[in-house]
Amino acid sequence: MSAITRDEVAHLARLSRLALDEEELDHFAAQLDQIVGAVARVAEVAAGDIPPSSHALPLTNVFRPDEIRPSLTPDQALSGAPAVEEDRFRVPRILGEEA
Amino acid sequence: MPYDEALERFEPVLGLETHVELGTESKMFCGCPTTFGAPPNTHVCPVCLALPGSLPVANAKAIESTIRIGLALNCSIAEWCRFARKNYFYPDMPKNYQISQYDEPLCTDGYLDVQVEGKTVRVEIERVHLEEDTGKSTHVGGATGRIQGADYSIVDYNRAGIPLVEIVTKPVEGTDRLAPEVARAYVTELREVLRSLGVSDVRMEEGSLRCDVNVSLMPRGSSEWGTRTETKNVNSLRSVERAVRGEIERQAAILADGGRIIQETRHFHEDTGATTSGRSKEEAQDYRYFPEPDLVPIAPDPAWVAQLKAELPELPSVRRARLQAEWGVSDLDMAAMHNAGAIELVEATVEAGAPAADARKWWMGELARRANESGTALADLPIRPGDVAKVTELVASGALNDKLARQVLEGVLAGEGTPEDVVEKRGLRIVNDEGELSAIIDQVLASNADAADKVRSGKVAAVGALVGGVMKASRGKADAGRARELILEKLGVQG
Repeated sequence: MSAITRDEVAHLARLSRLALDEEELDHFAAQLDQIVGAVARVAEVAAGDIPPSSHALPLTNVFRPDEIRPSLTPDQALSGAPAVEEDRFRVPRILGEEA
Repeated sequence: MPYDEALERFEPVLGLETHVELGTESKMFCGCPTTFGAPPNTHVCPVCLALPGSLPVANAKAIESTIRIGLALNCSIAEWCRFARKNYFYPDMPKNYQISQYDEPLCTDGYLDVQVEGKTVRVEIERVHLEEDTGKSTHVGGATGRIQGADYSIVDYNRAGIPLVEIVTKPVEGTDRLAPEVARAYVTELREVLRSLGVSDVRMEEGSLRCDVNVSLMPRGSSEWGTRTETKNVNSLRSVERAVRGEIERQAAILADGGRIIQETRHFHEDTGATTSGRSKEEAQDYRYFPEPDLVPIAPDPAWVAQLKAELPELPSVRRARLQAEWGVSDLDMAAMHNAGAIELVEATVEAGAPAADARKWWMGELARRANESGTALADLPIRPGDVAKVTELVASGALNDKLARQVLEGVLAGEGTPEDVVEKRGLRIVNDEGELSAIIDQVLASNADAADKVRSGKVAAVGALVGGVMKASRGKADAGRARELILEKLGVQG
């Protein structure tokens, strides 16, 4: 049984602002389904006595003191930007016409 | 629909989400400064620009401040919690996600009591969590400067990564017609708590304190909540009140017409007091939250939390109760001082040596009237508590009466210097020279022979007119009590 539907892939694509065509939707639905299936196998191994974990290292409370460190200059900060205007990062239109 | 009619038919349920920029020196996950108003993209580094290979490390002070806020709001502090990634596709965060907290906030289940029209309303706190602020986008092209219809946007990331605490209330029911006032009182009280903690400069106009107002309506007699809207861009205390009122009226009109409320974000407009539709809210699942792998969990040491709790400053409500007892004023007078922003001023005036009753009389009387006339806040009047204390001292010593004291305050407000300077320059001291006073009285008796005769014939009450004449002739500088004694003496009548 397929865990990931084509509709779910379409929804995910919309949230990620990815334009996927019909063929790609099928393609990725199948791929994502395989990934979910692989992860599900891990769940089979994880018995009740194994606590869920999100981090590889058993560390807590790694903090830095509230101290200022040097920032980049605007030129450095913007050097990798595809477009710049008024010392700001220029980005394409955020919302389409439908919004 | 008019407010009263809306309230007859529907009952409002409120929710408030408040964002507070913490006043740390550096950002939440990097060492960039947090100061407001710097040139664009000067407070940025590889971490807050999300350059490859950079990693965040949490600011210890921000964690501490968040826990202190939670404690001041009577919350439980999590023994263990994590940051979470909130994924979304706006360029106001260069990472394409915001580091926030999701199902494991640092602080949960607290409350804040607020006073509205003499009653205590308990606003329950759902959660207090820590996240990072976003960058500032400017939308270019299009008619409105808003994101809709813009051709493109330009982004300044100075604000991106500044520690931001979100304080969320549980739904507030039962406020009835006072919903707008409760909302305002809550944000006011919360702001005072945050200020007393010293964790933020809480400036609504600069955006370091921002409020989102959730409102839904249910028909009278129903217990099922309606669909809520979330109004953003509410940037002053007055706007909080107006936004709630406006949204109640708008939703009531739609519901009364048989319409449906859409769950959406709405924008408040300061100029009209109305809200307009923004984007429809994405569902929580659309943000694809997951535990932030780049930051290890937080597990506050209970001993540290206990110490922070023990070291909390006196909270505003406790302080007000203490001052009220010390000053011996009624609930009503205390509430009036609170609303007028006079408590700190009266307190400082008392500290400068004035009796509480006098300090209150001047701040809530003459000075409140002047502030009102000039449309300024009491605290912004160009007079210091020390000046007011000096005026009360001059009145107590008999050098001034209340009328002259008002002129002295006027002089100080007009920038004529200290109270002593004004007394000197304007010649406002009470006439204590018996000879001078006596001469004035003789003039007044001569020109008011009728009244003088009445007093001589035993109608002592008529002396009032003569004292009035002396006060007028001395331009208010005579000591009225002494003048009365001298007049009666001259007329050979026993007071």
